Amino acid sequence: MEQLKGRLISKGKGEGEALVTTQPISFYGGVDPNTGVVIEKGHELQGQSVKGKILVFPTGKGSTVGSYTLYRMKKNGTAPAAIVNRECETVVAVGVIISEIPCVDKIDIAKIKTGSHVQVESGVVTLL
Amino acid sequence: MYLTEKEQRMLEGAEGYAVRKSMEILVALGDIYDAKSLIKVGSVQVAGVSYHNLGDAGLEFLNELAKDGKVRVLTTLNPAGMDLENWQQLGISPEFAEKQNLVIDAFKRMGILISCTCTPYLIGNLPLYGEHIAWSESSAVTFANSVIGAKTNREGGPSALAAAFVGKTPCYGLHLDENRVPEVHVQVNAELTKLSDWGALGYAIGKKAENKIPYITGVKAADLDELKSFCASVVTYGAKPLFYIKGITPGAEQQPQPKETVTIEQADIKNAYDNINDEVSDIELVCVGCPHCSINEIAKVAELLEGKKVADGTEFWVATSRTAKQLADKRGYTQIIEAAGAKFACDTCMAVAPLKGRFKSLATTSAKGCFYSRQNNMKTKMGSMEECVEAAVTGKWSS
Repeated sequence: MEQLKGRLISKGKGEGEALVTTQPISFYGGVDPNTGVVIEKGHELQGQSVKGKILVFPTGKGSTVGSYTLYRMKKNGTAPAAIVNRECETVVAVGVIISEIPCVDKIDIAKIKTGSHVQVESGVVTLL
Repeated sequence: MYLTEKEQRMLEGAEGYAVRKSMEILVALGDIYDAKSLIKVGSVQVAGVSYHNLGDAGLEFLNELAKDGKVRVLTTLNPAGMDLENWQQLGISPEFAEKQNLVIDAFKRMGILISCTCTPYLIGNLPLYGEHIAWSESSAVTFANSVIGAKTNREGGPSALAAAFVGKTPCYGLHLDENRVPEVHVQVNAELTKLSDWGALGYAIGKKAENKIPYITGVKAADLDELKSFCASVVTYGAKPLFYIKGITPGAEQQPQPKETVTIEQADIKNAYDNINDEVSDIELVCVGCPHCSINEIAKVAELLEGKKVADGTEFWVATSRTAKQLADKRGYTQIIEAAGAKFACDTCMAVAPLKGRFKSLATTSAKGCFYSRQNNMKTKMGSMEECVEAAVTGKWSS
């Protein structure tokens, strides 16, 4: 059971299957808040749902409206169970705080593989 | 980030839900960007007002905050998704209007001024040189930083609200003088002859100075409307929300001219127009006022439209603040413009109104307006106020 210690961005505990990408994510326009499916053309996660997953990506990008998109996903039940970043930026940071989605950054995300079982709590990622 | 005892208590919930949530946002941002402390802000501009972008979840979020959240500093509001008084005239559905009004009610309960404009600096939210503020709306952020010399990062809607409820923002980024040093010298060798040339210049510089602070030389003169247009364009197309123009904007003389130099030639301006303009001749919507029209721009529209008629099948919107419209009413501009069949679009604009699917083509003076209208699947044409009025009257783009 390996533990990766990072920086706490948003409190709470999330557990589930990891979905990992090496590409930044724009939530506004890039993820459908009604389904949780990535819709950005050409994104390596295009067509995949982030709902209930431990979503692992390097950093956010795009419009600041993306913070509200994360909030809409949480309310719609399509949000990820937790978010793990290499470097969290303002759109995702504000989004996870207002939505109360657990989030940690400063993690070596290459150590997490899609499909593995992961827990996120208090700034620590546990590979189960 | 260091917190005073009072700030620590705010974070722990001693001053209610909205303040606690706001402190969580501000502390997270401060930690991410290594801010040493929070600093007081003189005013706030809140974006994220259109129901089109917020949806029901966003409305719910605002209602939660409005339960006990009250702003502690002068706080103004960005444009909404519709004219709050004459939405029917602009073809907005009653369902949308009902939701939009609920959003506005939430902001009212927070104590925010329902200014609904992207030009807060024209209607009474005018920061001072060097003053720390927390603004969202990229064109206004750029204007405040560059033309006024106030200091703000580019906030999103929630982080601007957080600053308003606490009266403070984390001190990082463009609040610090060491981050306001120009990074690339832009020598302008092109002649700028009409308002839309400033939008084209913003495009050209935005692309060449991507994510940098430009130090611009070679610009001989500029007025308020030209700088307002340039601010919207340069940040939309890629630069940081701060620039210096030697001889024109404050602080330029005190800053070092960067060694790295790029030039803007007449061909770059032409190239900007070529990129912004699509192949289209029939114009369904003419919209001026991105950023919102000043009273001078409204006067110009009235002068050009007097005695003319907007073509059948074409709509002409003049987007502005309600404050500017009230001045136009008193001066008789409104009557001239409406007699020609054009409409005022107060409180809203082409970037945030629900226009997708309603119009296939747009003519405007604004480079930023073209960027957002393309996202609404419209073909775009950018030109002078004269060209836009002509397009409205003939229904065609001529040049």
